[in-house]
Amino acid sequence: MTTCTFPRKEFEAQLGKKITKEIEEKISLFGTPLESLSSDSLEIEVFPNRPDLISFQGYIRGFKAFLEISPGLKKYSLKKPEKNYNVKVSPSVKDIRPYTICAIVKDLKFDDEKIKEIIDLQEKLHITLGRNRKKVAIGIYPLEKISLPIRYIALEPEKIKFIPLESDKEMTGNQILSKHPTGRDYAHLLEDYDKYPIFIDSKNKILSMPPIINSRDTGKITHETKEVFIECSGFSLEVLQKTLNIIVTTLADIGGTIYQMTLDYGNKKITTPNLTPEKMKLSLANTNKLLGLDLKESDLQKLLPKMGYEYKNKTVSIPAWRTDILHEVDIIEDIAIAYGYDNFTPEVPNISTTGEESQESKIKSKLAEILIGLGLIEISTYHLIKQNEAELFKLSDEKKIELEDSKTEYKILRPNLLIPSLRILSENKDHEYPQNTFEIGTVFSLNEKQETGIKETENLIILCSPGNFTKMKQVLNYLTQQLGINYTLEESSHSQLIEGRTAQIKINNKEVGYLGELHPETLRAWGLKMPVAVLEIELEEVFELLKK
Amino acid sequence: MAEIQKIIESLSPLERKIIPHLNLSLKEIKQQTNLDSTSLLRALRFLENKNLIKIKLTKKKIIELGTNGIYYKKNHLPERQLLILLESRKVTPLEEAKKLSKLSDNEFKVSLGVLKSKALIELKNGKIFLAASKAELSKKTFEELLLEVLPIEEFKLQPEQQFALENLKKRKNIIEIQERSTVSFTVTELGKQVSGEKIDQELIEEVTPILIKNWKKNKKFRSYDIKSEVPKIYGGKKHFVNQAIEKGKRIWLDLGFKEMTSTITQTSFWNFDALFTAQDHPVRDMHDTFFIKNIEGALPEKKLVKAVKQAHEQGISGSRGWQYPWSEEETEKPVLRTHTTCLSAQTLASLDIKKDLPAKFFAIGKCFRNETVDWSHGFEFNQSEGIVVSREVNFRHLLGYLKEFYKKMGFEQIIFTPAYFPYTEPSVEINAFHQEKQQWLELGGAGIFRPEVTSPLLGEPIPVLAWGPGFDRLMMMTYKIKDLRQVYENDLKDLRGKEVMVG
Repeated sequence: MTTCTFPRKEFEAQLGKKITKEIEEKISLFGTPLESLSSDSLEIEVFPNRPDLISFQGYIRGFKAFLEISPGLKKYSLKKPEKNYNVKVSPSVKDIRPYTICAIVKDLKFDDEKIKEIIDLQEKLHITLGRNRKKVAIGIYPLEKISLPIRYIALEPEKIKFIPLESDKEMTGNQILSKHPTGRDYAHLLEDYDKYPIFIDSKNKILSMPPIINSRDTGKITHETKEVFIECSGFSLEVLQKTLNIIVTTLADIGGTIYQMTLDYGNKKITTPNLTPEKMKLSLANTNKLLGLDLKESDLQKLLPKMGYEYKNKTVSIPAWRTDILHEVDIIEDIAIAYGYDNFTPEVPNISTTGEESQESKIKSKLAEILIGLGLIEISTYHLIKQNEAELFKLSDEKKIELEDSKTEYKILRPNLLIPSLRILSENKDHEYPQNTFEIGTVFSLNEKQETGIKETENLIILCSPGNFTKMKQVLNYLTQQLGINYTLEESSHSQLIEGRTAQIKINNKEVGYLGELHPETLRAWGLKMPVAVLEIELEEVFELLKK
Repeated sequence: MAEIQKIIESLSPLERKIIPHLNLSLKEIKQQTNLDSTSLLRALRFLENKNLIKIKLTKKKIIELGTNGIYYKKNHLPERQLLILLESRKVTPLEEAKKLSKLSDNEFKVSLGVLKSKALIELKNGKIFLAASKAELSKKTFEELLLEVLPIEEFKLQPEQQFALENLKKRKNIIEIQERSTVSFTVTELGKQVSGEKIDQELIEEVTPILIKNWKKNKKFRSYDIKSEVPKIYGGKKHFVNQAIEKGKRIWLDLGFKEMTSTITQTSFWNFDALFTAQDHPVRDMHDTFFIKNIEGALPEKKLVKAVKQAHEQGISGSRGWQYPWSEEETEKPVLRTHTTCLSAQTLASLDIKKDLPAKFFAIGKCFRNETVDWSHGFEFNQSEGIVVSREVNFRHLLGYLKEFYKKMGFEQIIFTPAYFPYTEPSVEINAFHQEKQQWLELGGAGIFRPEVTSPLLGEPIPVLAWGPGFDRLMMMTYKIKDLRQVYENDLKDLRGKEVMVG
């Protein structure tokens, strides 16, 4: 989600109306939640499917259509390429960053506000459509500093030499990636290649090294800039075209004139930007079926222009800056938005099916009911444990299932319920005793037979503090008696329990868990002052027996 | 008179025991009655409740020696120990002083600080220079003098003792300040009257099996003070999160939905790819999703994998797809499920569309995201998932089910706004009106699964209404919890005291 801040005065001037309660609602119903509104600005959210609404101009274009101030497909004129308006793409970039799409825009007038807007749009497109410059990188250059035509080629890093932005020293490609702050941030996008791509002009001046940084000499847009050269580089011609279209239409909306350029790919030449709308057939029947409405052709002719489309002969013309229309359903959603989500009458259909709780849920509920009857309090803990807790427990490496790059200290999937329960007891050590708790929850272990390589089992843990072996055995007796299950105990040992007071619990001759008294060393390690008796069992066998 | 008689009848055995001695001091009463301090205090409280006496509490602070203080009083304060060492040498390198003094790191540091502040030494170039005169050396410091007079009541401290106390308080366990309260009481007018009366010792205290057996008429019971406080008791109970989940479950069951279950760990295939989430979508970044280290998952049957690949690469059922090379390796990576929607995908894949339709399923379960923890975020959260599979369902039905569910959860005012998810179209955001905050709150998303999702999973693009709004925010609103962390902290006092969910 992208947050966009627009100046309120300018916004109201463009609409020709004040922002009333009704307009506020319309903004959210247009599919751009209004986050905040103050006397000088408004902040909206743009979903990732509509990068064409990120710029102020793009948003106004869409919203004016929605309010039916200027509905329909907005048209832009394109000037044919002039002499030398071409970019030659060398085969050397093919395996590195194969495509570029370019344009020139003239008759521009920049002030501080406009410069900020364009840089902001470029940055937001880099993050969203560009996936942090991986998929698309955008360069915008003052045309007067460049000599056309331009070449897009790849060179060995040490042969690339220019002064990058925010520096005053000439650097090589390698130096930029290792020493320049922006270079370091994006180094991962290039460092595996032998050659790095560059844009270079007819006087052999390097304009930039995409997707990393521009040259300081060809630099930045200023108040004096009237004409710009724009390039987008990346891996998919289509995504690049859409990105370029979003930028050039935004520039045209602030008064620019768009000029096409010829891209010479050796075996083929293409002319960009291309603003020809794509066409898609739309079925009225499908629309009504999916939305549950009874629209007529005439309704579509009214609703589609509200979303910036043109609709003729059952065919929708899609604006060339829309990136999100993959299927008819995408257009149908826009019809729903134009119709107004607030105008739909919700209805619960008469679909007769029988509700059914899962067997395991039912059994777990029953277990909880019995334990609550004994006065135990249910706790509900995190599925993750901390690194130091695993160490306290002396958890062996083969039992540790770790997460990549967790942002908190919780980094490991819990292998049992005892660790989280000990944490809870220790956090509650100054509260009133007795503390008798239980939890039913999922624990994790490695197992190659599972789809994810991890086996998940439901466990039950009961802790009584203060408590001893006898008390816990009483609980187990009561629980199994109530469920009609037989169990046996066998002498056993457990790293956290007192030897000679530890039992292995068996059901159907299968080992399902343990019962015993926590060793004082464990209690001390967790900062506990009261004795604790514990039992933990895997419920798989219990489920099996009770399902029968 | 009747009032006094009534009071007398309500006196507990403890009270009766001390009433004849109310003219004595507390210490004397204790001796006379042989009661322990706690019982005595309790009896006094009872009497005060009956307005027979007035209790006066006086608090006193007493300054005592702490564990280190006791030791230092015997063996000198560390600064004195250091001073004694320095006395014979004038200039001593720090290291050497440290070693010879045998003080701990902390004691040595503190001692240097203290002596410097008293201008008894100077530190230069890692050496200690003695700056104190003979007279100064032989004089006891305020701190030493204070230690000698302890214990002492705080109000008796002289200014220089107060100064020394402040200094010593900053150091570990030298000083302990004990708060002691002393109890005394005065007898009220009513109390004097009562204590003058003859107290009938024959009142019955307890109903016992023997009493029942030998019951005779006209015996009198002591009457209770029915308003007096009784000790608290607590029962066992379900965790409040699970109570809320059960309520949610019951609503879906009543509406004819069947429960889905699955694992918390899932391959990226089910969590993302089967739900048409492109492999370069930002949600698939380690920054947002918990990936599991060093494990590779396995894929489901080939036919399904092929169809999903096609949906992503070139599209399926009239779609253009995302137009990129889809990687099988990427899809094998296990994750902690980021939404319960992966359960819906698995359920759809298991349906036989010839026999099983129409079908309605739900799940309320834990989901995970790689987040830091604050008042409104956490790395675990609950989601309420549901799907309706039928050739006859549409967008209005989706809104209908959602409205019904939230109404039953207690939210009458719901509005729907457009939203975006890679796997639904149309998509919708559910907003509920928060009465207290007087504003709309986002509860989560829903939509109709895209053909790119349903076609591979069901074999053809049959409409599937789907929703997966978060459950925790609802729960916070219901229980009036302001900080999400409270939902997961298991504070037993809080769990015991929290009201149960009714309805």
